[in-house]
Amino acid sequence: MSLNLRLLVLLAGTALPFAVFAQAAAPERQLNIIAIGMFVVFVVISLGITFWAARRTRSTSDFLAAGGRISGFQNGLAITGDWVSSAALMGIAALIYSTGFDGLIYSVVPFGAWPLMMFLMADRLRNLGKYTIADIVSVRFSRIPMRTLISLSSLVFVVGYLIVQMVGAGTLISNLFGIDYTVAQVIIGILIVLYVAFGGMIATTYVQLVKATLLLSGASFICFAALFHFDWSVDGLYASAISNHPQGMKIMQPGGLLTEPVSAFSCGLMLLLGGAAMPHVLMRFFTVPDARQARLSVFYAASFIGYFYLLTFVIGYAAIAMVMKDPRFLDANGLITGGANMAAIHLSEAVGGSFFLGFISAVAFATIVAVVAGLTIAGASAISHDLYANIFRHGRATDDQVVKVSRISAVCLGAFGVVLGIAFKDQNIAYMITIPFTVSSSVFFPILFLSMYWRGLTTRGAVTGGAVGLGLGVILLFLGPTIWGEILGHGEGIFPYKYPALFTIIASFLTMIVVSKLDNSPRARRERAEFDDQFVRSQTGVGAEAPAQH
Amino acid sequence: MDALYARISGNPAFHALQARRSRLAWTLCAGVLTAYYGFILMIAYAPDTFRKPLHADTSVTLGVVWGAAVVLVSVGLTGMYVWRANREFDRLNARILEEAHRAPLG
Repeated sequence: MSLNLRLLVLLAGTALPFAVFAQAAAPERQLNIIAIGMFVVFVVISLGITFWAARRTRSTSDFLAAGGRISGFQNGLAITGDWVSSAALMGIAALIYSTGFDGLIYSVVPFGAWPLMMFLMADRLRNLGKYTIADIVSVRFSRIPMRTLISLSSLVFVVGYLIVQMVGAGTLISNLFGIDYTVAQVIIGILIVLYVAFGGMIATTYVQLVKATLLLSGASFICFAALFHFDWSVDGLYASAISNHPQGMKIMQPGGLLTEPVSAFSCGLMLLLGGAAMPHVLMRFFTVPDARQARLSVFYAASFIGYFYLLTFVIGYAAIAMVMKDPRFLDANGLITGGANMAAIHLSEAVGGSFFLGFISAVAFATIVAVVAGLTIAGASAISHDLYANIFRHGRATDDQVVKVSRISAVCLGAFGVVLGIAFKDQNIAYMITIPFTVSSSVFFPILFLSMYWRGLTTRGAVTGGAVGLGLGVILLFLGPTIWGEILGHGEGIFPYKYPALFTIIASFLTMIVVSKLDNSPRARRERAEFDDQFVRSQTGVGAEAPAQH
Repeated sequence: MDALYARISGNPAFHALQARRSRLAWTLCAGVLTAYYGFILMIAYAPDTFRKPLHADTSVTLGVVWGAAVVLVSVGLTGMYVWRANREFDRLNARILEEAHRAPLG
């Protein structure tokens, strides 16, 4: 697996363990009783939250946007939960464990999406949106074509992301807990359906919040316990890592990364723009009361995520210093048991014993469930609010009907996720994470950005450009080296690059601009004229969705 | 609502605020992108600079420090934007809205 692909997978959370565990295929599995016990505690607490949330969920606004009553701080933590998973911890630690500094690069680069999201999008998104990202563009564009394109793209995004998560999760959980793969899938499926169908966005947010807190505490504990072991000397820890690692001082230095400029640039751009326009993250901006809280939530999220990435600067090297030469964690050949991906897990045992190992395993499970729940509610909102209420019922659906359709969609998506998880078991699905990122960088980002910043954009331009981005993305991914070359066995791809994002982003932007410029229909003129009102609303918040009153 | 939008849009203070906000946003954007692409370009084209330890008694290299700095700078600039937006910009915004609501309709 190339390093760029690993980076993506890392960002997406849980696929890397899949790739590694699939190769490692642990033969003897023991039930991890401490981990199971702690996970049961998490389940009980999260179901308590769901029960509490269900009683507060009455309207569509409650169900899809938590009534707009989440604070900036809470939302920042919840976004952190959507963004970092335990597999990010395990994956980054694994990369640093194997390659040193080159692994660190993967802590730094994906973070770039955050400031961009803050400076360019956060306030405007909150002022224009309601429940889904399709609402933002419905302010001045034609409802049906825009919503159709965006909701279908959102579903492609959600399903692609879901497959990677479910397969990664099943393998990770069956290894950490010693339970069967299918059982793990079904447990995840049942939990997310309970959270989302009953507790809606309120339950999803609070479960995400609890999980983010647990993950940040767990990672902090690993980091500080390791530093304590080296008398609080970062230098001492690094020195010990350098003496343990076969590459010595090289682990502190950049190695052979970023050699192929087109791929590196394409992958970087995809992460930057795609990461700034993910529907399940952006829909969290609608759970806060106003733009002020939206900005605060980005700031808190950026701080927590940045803190998490800085912890990995210590954790990865601590794994080299404390795990690499410890016979407890090595197999007969002197290699780390379970593969490099277990580096953070072994480190947690090294610094905190079997009790803490159980805690980290339980956090890993909780993390996956929470991430999948976040994706499920994003998918459910695309179905109930965009497809059903706005397209199928032309905005005439009642609150009760929309909530009901949301619940049914959540149940279906949960069941669908389990089916996909079982269907794709033991297949190399890591490349699939390129699909959602290509979609968000080449469809959502160009449409959102141009609709907020360029008066000239019209419905025809946006829909044509978005469709070009989506279609071209799918075609180029199919013809690329991974699917056409490896999976279909043609040796190499017709299209030479693994990451078509650079090309699809440019194609999408150019099509939008050219088609909009050529569009002289009365509708286009009206849409351009409405830019002024939309602009005032996006800047001042006048006419923005207000929090629900209870 | 349309009349309200038109009135805000006709207020020079609104355009002044807008210009100020976007100047800050794009400046900070440029700052973040410089730090990022600086990091990536250094790795790609001048890796030797990043390989040097900070001083003789340490194994911490410039690359590690720059990497951590990129994360810190991003958080810092994000914070700077929120600080100004939630104080200065929101106050100016509130004043513009107040003026728009106070003016007689029509």
